[in-house]
Amino acid sequence: MPGKMNVMVGEKSPGMIAGRIIVYTLSILAAVYFLIPFFVMVMTSVKTLEDIKSGNLISWPREFTLDAWIKAWDSACTGINCEGVKGYFFNSILMVVPSVAISTIIGAVNGYVFSKWRFKGSEVLFTFLLLGCFIPFQIILLPMSGMLGWLKISQTIFGLALVHIIYGLSFTSLFFRNYYVAIPDEIIKAAKIDGAGFFRIFWKCILPVSAPIFMVVIIWQTTQIWNDFLFGVAFSGSESQPVTVALNNIVNTTTGVKEYNVDMAAALIAGLPTLLVYIISGKYFLRGLTAGAVKG
Amino acid sequence: MGKETSKANDKKLRNIKFRNRLGNLIPKIMIAPTFTVSLVCVYGFILWTIWISFTSSKILPKYDFVGFEQYNILFTQEPRWWVASLNLFIFSGLFIAICIALGLTLAIFIDQRLRGEGVFRTIYLYPMALSFIVTGTAWRWIMNPSLGLERLVQQLGFSDFTFRLLVESNVAIYAVVIAAVWQSTGFMFALFIAGLRGIDNSIIKAAQIDGASLKKIYLRIIIPSLRPVFLSAVIILLHLSIKCFDLVMALTSGGPGYSTDMPATFMYAFAFNRGRLAFGAASAVIMFITVMAIIIPYLYTELKGTRNAR
Amino acid sequence: MKRIITSLICLLMFASFAFATGQGDGTSAAKGGEVEVLHWWTSGGEAAAVAVLKQLLEAEGYTWKDFAVAGGGGDNAMTVLKSRALAGNPPAAAQVKGPQIQLWGDEGVLTNLNDVAKAEDWDNLLPKVVADVMKYKGNYVAVPVNVHRINWMWCNPAVFKKAGATIPKTWEEFEAAAKKIKAAGLIPVAWGGQPWQEATVFEIIVAGVGGTDFYKKALVDADVNTLKSATMVKVFKTLRMVLQYIDPGAPNRDWNLATSMVINGEAGMQFMGDWAKGEFTAAKKAPDKDYIAATAPQTSKQFIFNIDSFIMFNVADKDKNAQKAMARLIVQPKFQEVFNINKGSIPVRLGMSEEPFDIPARLAMKDFVATSKSGDLVPSMAHEMAVMPDIKGAMVDTVTNFCNSDMSAEDAAAQLASAVAAVK
Repeated sequence: MPGKMNVMVGEKSPGMIAGRIIVYTLSILAAVYFLIPFFVMVMTSVKTLEDIKSGNLISWPREFTLDAWIKAWDSACTGINCEGVKGYFFNSILMVVPSVAISTIIGAVNGYVFSKWRFKGSEVLFTFLLLGCFIPFQIILLPMSGMLGWLKISQTIFGLALVHIIYGLSFTSLFFRNYYVAIPDEIIKAAKIDGAGFFRIFWKCILPVSAPIFMVVIIWQTTQIWNDFLFGVAFSGSESQPVTVALNNIVNTTTGVKEYNVDMAAALIAGLPTLLVYIISGKYFLRGLTAGAVKG
Repeated sequence: MGKETSKANDKKLRNIKFRNRLGNLIPKIMIAPTFTVSLVCVYGFILWTIWISFTSSKILPKYDFVGFEQYNILFTQEPRWWVASLNLFIFSGLFIAICIALGLTLAIFIDQRLRGEGVFRTIYLYPMALSFIVTGTAWRWIMNPSLGLERLVQQLGFSDFTFRLLVESNVAIYAVVIAAVWQSTGFMFALFIAGLRGIDNSIIKAAQIDGASLKKIYLRIIIPSLRPVFLSAVIILLHLSIKCFDLVMALTSGGPGYSTDMPATFMYAFAFNRGRLAFGAASAVIMFITVMAIIIPYLYTELKGTRNAR
Repeated sequence: MKRIITSLICLLMFASFAFATGQGDGTSAAKGGEVEVLHWWTSGGEAAAVAVLKQLLEAEGYTWKDFAVAGGGGDNAMTVLKSRALAGNPPAAAQVKGPQIQLWGDEGVLTNLNDVAKAEDWDNLLPKVVADVMKYKGNYVAVPVNVHRINWMWCNPAVFKKAGATIPKTWEEFEAAAKKIKAAGLIPVAWGGQPWQEATVFEIIVAGVGGTDFYKKALVDADVNTLKSATMVKVFKTLRMVLQYIDPGAPNRDWNLATSMVINGEAGMQFMGDWAKGEFTAAKKAPDKDYIAATAPQTSKQFIFNIDSFIMFNVADKDKNAQKAMARLIVQPKFQEVFNINKGSIPVRLGMSEEPFDIPARLAMKDFVATSKSGDLVPSMAHEMAVMPDIKGAMVDTVTNFCNSDMSAEDAAAQLASAVAAVK
């Protein structure tokens, strides 16, 4: 890794020590800003309803209880079925796994072509694909449902996954292309002289060095797709709703008592997988970015 | 014997030519599916939207033609559209600027080899993992005067303290900025720290030997060399701010009144909830044209710039 | 690296396998046929109430497929419905109400329920106002579920007592009472600053200040001249007066939080439809003792109604019987009683026993019959019963803009008229 030796404030001199204190203070302040909402959510989810109504945001629970978590998982009503979010959780997994896998693989191949097998017009194509990122997704809801109906896959997890793959492609291609641009062309040229073809070079020269960028793209796509609500609500059927839709059903009661602790617990459960992905593999995410994903 | 070899050579040559031609085709074949899908599902649907915007479609698409009527109403008779446009302008400007500034600052801080780097990194990054619905719900609580921060500080004894960002219609858009910055700064931080660590150290060392001050090194050498990172950052943030929909819905539902309406929520409300599909489509078309007008020149200059630099 | 690829491929195979099995399950239907029902009743009490319908259907051998999408008073559900209609497989029944039923009728996707209506004698059981909403070109295409009364004022008598105020019957009395409550250091009006809630109070004031005829002209016919008349200016002035008695935490507050302010004695009163009653019941408060349900000022002789209903789509032949059974069961007394007690509303069919219902519901049932005769039964604008959603949207925009700015009453009336004219 090239950046191990960083530019840093030298030690010893009093001015430098003061600078270091300031840096620490500000970093910690920023950390507090980032942590407060999470703290509030966790606190709320382990309080009783009375406790929430009488206390304030960050007050410590008088009575610690996991009832809200159990209810959110197992028995909160998301319609007539009061079975919590657990079934929807499984739907989300079924949707996320194939769509992340497919969009990542296709993105890798696209990125490989756009960086190492440029042809006349490939730059234009790339820009064309990139601009696709900028359409507001609301406009595609209706034509897309017409298309899914035509393909006879509307209201299925498969249809939903397909939509995620399609609209994830521009980003995955972008990430891979930017990463592969940094790989020296000479390696590819040498391989070509040796008689290696498109796939052989991809398999032998490109894939072995792609682990960091795969991490970045997989993390990015997983978060995006897992957290999506708009597609999830518009393209799912009664048996294929993802967890975000279930969360919405729990949080948005039209009439009746609002159970904030259950709402927060459900929100945390819905966010847990992506949260874990970041906490566990955040290091690889950074490493992948460092390895070149962000170079223009 | 000589004849034999030349024949074999011929065959070999032909083989190579064929393989070259095939080799040239393969990349195109590999791109083709993505290209087709993008042509239909992005550009085809954009065309469809443009078409719809010239019709009188109400709840479901109807393929008649009413000319520029919807656009006329949009620009002359809909005060809410101007609120939404102005909001997007304020929001995206502040959101992009603050996220980049804060992300870069934090990246520079953490790059000073702070103790507990891993902890800081995780804390800064985790909001990215949460959906905007979750973010919005949490911030809505915190910024609510009778439940959140205001009450908390008042209970601590500062009875004059007020925090009314979310509930005053002329400033509520800043509340949306705060929550959005919270969510996205971590990613910017990650991008910049990645950029910082990717910088060639020899240049910096040379500058240090020349006696350049730390401030100068950052301003003159490090930050300029992060230019590609800025490009990625702007593209990602712009994309997020245009699509800013879930967050507004969860945080303010566009309120108070419609003061935090954004083009995306505006379009959704009109096309889907109010049975004015054609009108919503017209607003989407204007939104798309505006974005393209900004992004294409920017991409063009930036991409050209980096290529020349190489 | 290869390991990653291999595991990706494995996951892919696993996932496609899961699809195959998942889809297999989805298509299997029970012998009697099934109804897929799109609705947005997801909270405890409502869900329990709908579950009764499910049980009734299952008792007859049909299957209920639940498709709940909450949020924004059905906004998300409408998006889903459009998406499914375009995909060519709408659900058997969907929660759609008021004039929107006509819009769906125009699309030619609804099924004719006349035979059920005839067998069950809907024409005589349902008040004409209700029946008319359910018909498209003279044919029944929708089934009414319940009737909500909007023009209620929920009061906490303890707060009034403490402030020495009396429960107001006119807007002048309201101002006097509100002043006293404010002076006593309490919040006079529990306000939820969401557009639909603001519009709810607005229409209550329109009915009270302007009277029934004015209400119909302004909010049902959306007559532009009426919308900018002097009476409308007066309505907005009254609204501005009410707004002086709310607290700063109001913007974007959910209605039920506002209700709990009344329950806890923080606030004196709230203007809200009869679903607010559920909150009092849940908090174990008794009507006329712990809380008072009064008609909103100057509207005691009026009834602003909101009817929930299901529209029925054309479905495959095998599911037709199930769909018709659902239509029949909804209007039958058993479901009407259980559902409406749970939801705080009153039955759509006339002549049901008042016995099982509580005090406010009994009053509403009496007034429902009386006002349907006198002509003072008017549809709610805020709850999409009076005008098409585009006009309603224009009205609500103006009202919410007025509530959240310093706009003058005159400007508001002018803006209301021009906004509606632009859509009409």
